[in-house]
Amino acid sequence: MLVEGLFYFFATVLVASAIGLIVVRNPVYSALLLVLCFFTSASIWLLIEAEFLAVVLVLVYVGAVMVLFLFVVMMLDINVEEMRRGFARYAWLGWITAFVVIVQIVGVVAARRLGVDVTQGAAPLPADYSNTAELGRVLYTEYVYAFELAAILLLVAIIGAISLTMRKRPGLKLQNVARQVATTRDERVRVVKMAAERPVRPREERQL
Amino acid sequence: MITLAHLLTLSGILFSIAVAGVFLNRKNIILLLMCIELMLLAVNFNFVAFSRFLNDIDGQIFVFFVLTVAAAESAIGLAILVVLFRNRRDINVEALNTLKG
Repeated sequence: MLVEGLFYFFATVLVASAIGLIVVRNPVYSALLLVLCFFTSASIWLLIEAEFLAVVLVLVYVGAVMVLFLFVVMMLDINVEEMRRGFARYAWLGWITAFVVIVQIVGVVAARRLGVDVTQGAAPLPADYSNTAELGRVLYTEYVYAFELAAILLLVAIIGAISLTMRKRPGLKLQNVARQVATTRDERVRVVKMAAERPVRPREERQL
Repeated sequence: MITLAHLLTLSGILFSIAVAGVFLNRKNIILLLMCIELMLLAVNFNFVAFSRFLNDIDGQIFVFFVLTVAAAESAIGLAILVVLFRNRRDINVEALNTLKG
């Protein structure tokens, strides 16, 4: 009963904040509402005993991805009014599409060929069950290649993001440390040979 | 007692809100990226729910990888967005016609 009440509470907050996300004017509010969506989703995942993923959702999404989103939203100077033009004109299309998607999903769920009874609660897990340990056991044995591929994907994403946003400004005076260290004497010192000159006498100088 | 029907309904509603969001905010790339994140969240909901109700941990492994790919995607997407803004001073989707023949 308590779990069900909590589920309805979080689900209501989740749906409300998702609707708020797509209709508010200011992109900063959208980002913050998306953060709320992730928090409530993590809470629901905790309720169905997927603890590790709930924590990862908060850490990775709220901690990293949404901060990136907020950073970009606040860094860019966006003309919100310009963006909102035509909002009402196509709103009906959006809601109709959403309705069609809901009908299709209900159709799939109502077909009752999911291999599991959708009206039953989940079988209770044993008291000493550890979601994290179980995930780790599978992730580092069966799915270890997929895990390594994911690591490579993240590396490629890092390099891609940095190389895309790295700005090479012309006319910027930068030190080339490698060249400074690798310099030789010939590059820095020039010995000039010239004929020795007689010093100018003070009297002659006065005449001039 | 939370049943599978609860979770599937919630994820369906979430997904369709995200689809509606793509239509409503089709000019603003940042909002489009956020709607994609919301869709991925709805899909992750399904994975977690079925993983729990079928007693199969593999679904949660899949969510793990979906989270990884989504993080990479949003990082690259926002990087492209920043470069776009730097070049055009604008992120309106309708104004992106440079590649039009």
